[in-house]
Amino acid sequence: MTSRTSIALNRFGYGLALGDNVPSDPVRYLRGQMDAFDPAPLAIRTREDMSAKPGEILELIRTFRRQRQSRMAETGEDRSTAMRAIMEGSGANDPLAGLPPELRSSYMRAGRWLRRDVGLRTNVAIASETPFIERLVHFWSNHFSVSAQKPGTHYLVAGHEFDAIRPNVLGTFSDMLKAAVLHPAMLMYLDQFGSIGPNSRFMQSRQGMRRRRNGGVPRGLNENLAREIMELHTLGVDGGYSQVDVTELARALTGWTIQGLRRVGRFGEPQASGAAFVSIVHEPGARTIMGRRYEDDGARQALVMLDDLAAHPSTARFVATKLARHFAGDVPPKSLVARLEQNFLETDGDLASLTHILIDSPEVWANEPVKFRQPYEWLVASLRLAGIDALDENRIAGALDAIGQVPWRAPSPAGYDDKEASWAGPDALFRRVELAERIARGARGDDVLARADAAFPGALSDHTRTWLSRAESGRQGFALLLVAPEMMRR
Amino acid sequence: MMDFTTNRRSLLASSLALGAAGIALPRMAFAQSAGTRKFLFILLRGAADGMAMAAPLGDPGYDALRGSARADYEGARSLDAMFTLHPAFENVGAAYSEGDALIVHAAATSYRERSHFDGQNLLETGAVKPSSTSDGWLNRLTAMLTEESGAPPPRALAIAPTLPLAMRGSAPASSYAPSALPQASDAFMERVGLLYQDDAQLAGLWGQALETQAMAAGDTLRNLRDARAAGELAASLMREDEGAGIAMMELGGWDTHANQRGAFARNARALDALIGAYRSGMGSSWRDTMVVVATEFGRTARYNGTSGTDHGTAGAALVLGGELRGGRVIADWPGLREADLYQARDLKPTIALENVLAGSVAEHMRLDPSRTLAHLFPGRGGAAMSGISRG
Repeated sequence: MTSRTSIALNRFGYGLALGDNVPSDPVRYLRGQMDAFDPAPLAIRTREDMSAKPGEILELIRTFRRQRQSRMAETGEDRSTAMRAIMEGSGANDPLAGLPPELRSSYMRAGRWLRRDVGLRTNVAIASETPFIERLVHFWSNHFSVSAQKPGTHYLVAGHEFDAIRPNVLGTFSDMLKAAVLHPAMLMYLDQFGSIGPNSRFMQSRQGMRRRRNGGVPRGLNENLAREIMELHTLGVDGGYSQVDVTELARALTGWTIQGLRRVGRFGEPQASGAAFVSIVHEPGARTIMGRRYEDDGARQALVMLDDLAAHPSTARFVATKLARHFAGDVPPKSLVARLEQNFLETDGDLASLTHILIDSPEVWANEPVKFRQPYEWLVASLRLAGIDALDENRIAGALDAIGQVPWRAPSPAGYDDKEASWAGPDALFRRVELAERIARGARGDDVLARADAAFPGALSDHTRTWLSRAESGRQGFALLLVAPEMMRR
Repeated sequence: MMDFTTNRRSLLASSLALGAAGIALPRMAFAQSAGTRKFLFILLRGAADGMAMAAPLGDPGYDALRGSARADYEGARSLDAMFTLHPAFENVGAAYSEGDALIVHAAATSYRERSHFDGQNLLETGAVKPSSTSDGWLNRLTAMLTEESGAPPPRALAIAPTLPLAMRGSAPASSYAPSALPQASDAFMERVGLLYQDDAQLAGLWGQALETQAMAAGDTLRNLRDARAAGELAASLMREDEGAGIAMMELGGWDTHANQRGAFARNARALDALIGAYRSGMGSSWRDTMVVVATEFGRTARYNGTSGTDHGTAGAALVLGGELRGGRVIADWPGLREADLYQARDLKPTIALENVLAGSVAEHMRLDPSRTLAHLFPGRGGAAMSGISRG
C-alpha cells in the first residue's frame, strides 16, 4: 500500500530531498512544477559551449588517416599489413592503443568532459525543485537516445538533452522531434552526417567523379538515422512503414550534417537544431513516404516529413504507450494509453497537455507500486534523500557505471529499456546494496525513521519500520532505508 | 583478495544458517548440476556482419560488392575454397584447424524485417512473433533438461549485470558481473536479508545474488571490458562439475553502419580473445563443452555510402566445442549475384538459425532433436540440424 503523497513524490518524481517539506496537496505539487520548471538552470546555462569540438576531432582523425595512407604508399605497405597492425597494435583492453598521442589525449579529454556532463545533469536532478519535470526530461532524452561512443560525440550528448529536450519538454512533440533527431549529436551517433545523395551535385561534380574513379572511400546513402526515426522515435516498429519508406527518408535527409567539418566549409547553412545543411550533397527530387509526396525544397523536405511523422496516428499510439509504461507500469493500462493517444491526436502532440493527462489519470495513482526503479532513478532518489548535493562528477559517473546506467551511454539507439526484467537482476540488486552502504557512510545517520516517514508518507511498511529501528547504527539504518522495498519500487 | 573470498563464503554460510532458523529463503537458484555438459551461448548484439566474419572470397560476385575489403584477408586463414576467416579470429582459426570449430553461413532466424530490437527479441525468446513470449529459449532448455533427466536443474548463469531475455523464465537462473565497488559489510548484508524476508521478489533476487557471489568468490575483475579476462571468468564459473552448466554472455558494438573495417576488426579481436581464453580456461572440461555464437541478423551484402553496412538478413553463426565435427563451413550458399540477393540487397538466408541452435544443443545435451526444436523454437517447420557434434 502506498499513499497519494508518496506517489506524487516517488512515482512521478525523484523522491523527497532532505530538508524539503512534504507536499500537502499532491496534485497541486505536481501542477506547480509545470509552471516552476526552469529549462536552463544556472549550471546548464553557464556550461561551456563545446559544439566545435567534434569537428576538430573529426579533422584530426582525417589527418591521421591521410598520414597513414601516404605512409602506406611510401613504404609499399598494403592494406593487409595495415589490418595486421590494427590488430597486433591494439590490445583488446585498450581501444585507444595504437593511436597517435594527439588523438589519444583528445579522446581522453572527451571522456573527462562526458563525466563532467553526467555529474552536472545528475546534480541538477538532485537539487531540483521540479523533480517530476526532470523525470520527463530524462524520459524523452531516453526516447531520443544518443550514446557517446563515436569520437566527438562525448561533447555533444549532454547538449542534445539540454538544447533539444529541456526547452521542449512541455512544448510540442514535433518541435522536440525535429530538434532531437536533427541535433548534431544524433546526426553523428546514427551516421547521418556522412550520408550523401548518390545523384547529388557533389557526386556529379569533378571532385565526386574523381573520388569514385580512384576507388577511394565509397560515398553515398546511409539509412541508419532514417530507420531509427521511424522505428524508435515516431511510428514504432509496426507503425506501417516499409523498407522503401526508410530509404526515401534517408534520401530526404541527405545534406543534414554537422558544422565545423573542413570539407563542408562555406557550403554549410546553419540550422536551428545546431546542424548544418549542405545542399550540394542533398539527393535531388521529390520523395514519397507512406503514399504522401514531398517536393524537393532542400532542408525543408525532411522537416515537413518529420512534421507528418509526428502527427501520424501510429506515433500517437507509440508515444502514449511508452509514457503510460513509464508512469503506470510495465503492462500499461489500456484505458490510459487510449486517453493519452486521443489527447495526442487532438492537441497535435502537445506535451504539456499529455503531462496534465498523466497527473489527472487514476491509473497513475494506483495504490500498489507499479514499477521497479531503474538504477539512475534509484541513485538520484538516494542522493536526494541523503542530502548529498554537488557530488564530485567522477564519483557520480563511477557509481552509475557500477549500477549499470550511465546517461547518454545506452547500449543501443532504443535507449535504456523501461521494463522491470531488464533491471531487477540478482547482480544488479547486489550492486545497489554495496553502493547504499557507501552512500550512507557520507550521509547523516540521525532521525532515520522520521526521514523514512517523510520520504514515504503513509507508505512505510511495518516490516521496514521494524528493521530500520533495529539497525545497529543510524548509518546502517539509513543504508537499509536506501535498499528497502519502498525505495526499490515506486 | 583473500578477505573478499572469506567474506563472500562466510556470508553465504551465514545466510544459509538464517534460513535453517526458519527465515523464508527463496528456493535455491542452483542445485547440484546433473551432468557435466557445459553450454555457453554468446549473443552478438547489433547484427554482426557474417560476410566479414567468414568472407566468401571464392564467390565471383564478391568483388563487385566488396572488392575493397579483399585485401584485408590477404594471408588470412582460408576455411575452404569459398570462405576465408577474418584475420582477427586467430584462436577461432586454430580451433577450426583442430576440428573444434565450425561456421554456419547464410543462416537467419525466421525474422525478415530489419529492427535490431525485434530481431534480438526473436533470437532470445525463440518465438515467431516479436514480444509474443516473455521467456527465453535458454531458460526453457534449463527446464527441459530437468524434465528429461529428472535430475536437479543445471546451474544457469548470465555473465552480465542482469538476466538477458534468453535466460528469463520460470527455471532458476542468475546473473553475475564483476564490480569495482567495495563489497558491503557482512553485518549490513545479513540485515538486508532480514529486511527482504517478506518480499518474495527481493528475497529471491537477494538469495540468488548471494549464491552467485559465493561462486565467483575468487574473481578480481572490476568489469567485463577486458575480453580475455571475461573469457577466463566464464571458464572459472563453468569448468567445475558444480559450476554453471548453461551460461550466456553478450558482446555489443556490431552495428557497423560506417567505417566498418576497423570497428569490425576490433570487435572480432575481442570476441576471439574471449573465446581463446575461455577454451583454454575450460581445461579438461572443454571435451564436454559447446559454445554457440549468434547474432540477430546479417548486414547488407554491399557497402553503403559511408564504408559500412546497413541492416540485412542472413549472417553467420559460429559453433565451437570439444567434440564437434568441426573444421568445416556448413552452408547452402545462395550466391552473390544481384538476382541471388534477398531483396537485391542482403545475403539470402538458406539455413534456419533456429534449426542450428536446436540441433547443436540437442546433440550436445543428448536431447531428442525434434522435441528440442519444438520446445525451444515452437511453431516452425523443418528439422533440427544434425551432425554438428560427434556426441
